[in-house]
Amino acid sequence: MSNKGTPLVELRDISISFGGIKAVDHVTVDLYPGEVVGLLGHNGAGKSTLIKCLSGAYKADSGEVYINGQKAEINNPRDARSYNIETIYQTLALADNLDAASNLFLGRELVGPGGFLNDAAMEAETRKIMGRLNPNFHKFNVPVSALSGGQRQSVAIARAVYFNAKILIMDEPTAALGPHETQMVAELIQELKKQGLGIFLIEHDIHAVMNLCDRAVVMKNGQRVGTVNVGEVTDDDILGMIIMGKKPPQAY
Amino acid sequence: MTTSPTPSQAADRNLSPVARFLKATEIDTRLLGMVGALLLIWIGFHLFGVAFKGAGSFLTPRNLWNLSVQTASIGIMATGMVLVIVTRHIDLSVGSVLGFCAMAMGILQARILPDVFGLGSPMIWIVTALAGMALGMLIGAFHGWLIAYRGIPAFIVTLGGLLVWRGAAFLLARGETISPLDSTFSLLGGGPYGSVGAVGSWIVALIACAAILWMIFGGRKNRARHGFALRPMWAEYFLTVLGCGLVLGATLLVNAYPWPKGIVTQFAAANGLTVPEGGMFISHGWAIPVLILMGVGVVMTVLATRTRFGRYVFAIGGNPDAAELSGINTKWMTVKIFALMGFLTGLSSVVASARLNSATNALGTLDELYVIAAAVIGGTSLAGGVGTIYGAIIGALVMQSLQTGMVLIGFDAALQNIVVGTVLVLAVYLDIVYRKKTK
Repeated sequence: MSNKGTPLVELRDISISFGGIKAVDHVTVDLYPGEVVGLLGHNGAGKSTLIKCLSGAYKADSGEVYINGQKAEINNPRDARSYNIETIYQTLALADNLDAASNLFLGRELVGPGGFLNDAAMEAETRKIMGRLNPNFHKFNVPVSALSGGQRQSVAIARAVYFNAKILIMDEPTAALGPHETQMVAELIQELKKQGLGIFLIEHDIHAVMNLCDRAVVMKNGQRVGTVNVGEVTDDDILGMIIMGKKPPQAY
Repeated sequence: MTTSPTPSQAADRNLSPVARFLKATEIDTRLLGMVGALLLIWIGFHLFGVAFKGAGSFLTPRNLWNLSVQTASIGIMATGMVLVIVTRHIDLSVGSVLGFCAMAMGILQARILPDVFGLGSPMIWIVTALAGMALGMLIGAFHGWLIAYRGIPAFIVTLGGLLVWRGAAFLLARGETISPLDSTFSLLGGGPYGSVGAVGSWIVALIACAAILWMIFGGRKNRARHGFALRPMWAEYFLTVLGCGLVLGATLLVNAYPWPKGIVTQFAAANGLTVPEGGMFISHGWAIPVLILMGVGVVMTVLATRTRFGRYVFAIGGNPDAAELSGINTKWMTVKIFALMGFLTGLSSVVASARLNSATNALGTLDELYVIAAAVIGGTSLAGGVGTIYGAIIGALVMQSLQTGMVLIGFDAALQNIVVGTVLVLAVYLDIVYRKKTK
């Protein structure tokens, strides 16, 4: 895949450390529209931390974020959302005591006259999008704590997709899912890609990466080992990068 | 992803009649339990009186009217405490802040404002009450700021506040009691003149019934517009009759409590009336503090369930990290929640000092415990994320019923404390059992 023109997202030279430990050490990655970039590495390699600098959960110590070639100031999740960056966190980040509609619209509630919540409209919208994403979903009036792992995941995905995201961050979206549900997420990723979204996918499953991603960025100990076009390398090349930090000739 | 069966009419037929009834009317079974416990307490104390004192004095208009007035102060604060506890915080300072606000208001209305507006001016009570609520709100906001932006746990900030504001209240008037207060101001605490009378009470009742009708049928229309499942028609009628029946019954009750003879004579003399042979029956009607509590209950319920603010309160309680990641400014929310708690404490302080017609140094002592107990008995979970305003008000009523009942049957203070403490622990235990069963 040839990436020309302005990248959708560019994280330039990002560093962040916690108590003297460099969680992310001068990492640069980019993402183009209609592209899925996999982020790989061991637990603690710094993938989630790097991505949280883009979603606004953390503030990088140094480095810059460019969105569509413009320098972006992302200091909190509200800023990230204003750039149409949506995130599906590994923990899902759902308020367990609220129902699906309240979670989907959390922070962006639909309000009627007088500024009062329009719960009926929010539930109707939730029913619409869930009908598309997960037609078997019917538990609209119970707290999400009463839902299964897959159902909770679909609420989190619906929340990210509903608000016309341009940049989607998915942190191990299939970690808690069965094979059937994993397949549904894969199909969703393909569909969103076609719509021109850029997707960062954090993933441990090497087969999923080979299937879904256009490029893969491998991290180790907070540093970027290399970036590869997935079509040009084998599983073993990528595993070598993850485990030993060995850079194959195709990588850059 | 995983399939879940839709609740259908077919599944309903397998339920027992009671379960079907509860499902159709969507009555909260927890609420039923609380009301049941309340009735049990009321009837128990009444029968105890019948058995051992010759006559039951609990279920009388007089006692229930007094009970309603005594519940007001704790009830008002308990509605705010629900939001504080739902967000996983606690406020131990409300009793002391209440005392401090009362003392400040006492000084303001008795020593400062008469010189400004002239003695007896109607501006005195207005300025005093507003100042008291503003003061409470400022103190609450300050606590909230320390908690949110300085990272000090709420328990510590408000434990400090408990000591600081009680001490400050003492220093304000060097331990003196300020009495009497402005005569209009003291109406806010209830009493024969501080009630709205029979006609006023019926007007209140009619407004309340209209609101119930509007809520049930307006809500139905809204649900129908979006094509959601509706309650069966008989359930809607049942809820309407039940709601309006309760309102009208309670109004009959407060109207059945007449002014005492002395007050009637005084009133007649002041208005140039002659009291007929058998005495004059002038109803108390709803007491002003009780109307304030009802107003607070309605506003707080709307705030908690119908506004973004309320939604964020519950989201923060359910998962603070998720709330932050959803773009909610959780720190600023904490300041607002504590400021609201402070405002309600100020309002409660108006009611409490007006009822005593004085500002004493001990006013509000131990109130924090009763307020927290009321919220918790009312189903607010200390783990956060769960709680209702109406539950807290009923919780306050339960606490006050216990105390009043024990005074009526002559328990001494030590025994009262033992009973209240035991009931608190028991109520929370039953709640835990209930939640496990319904999960």
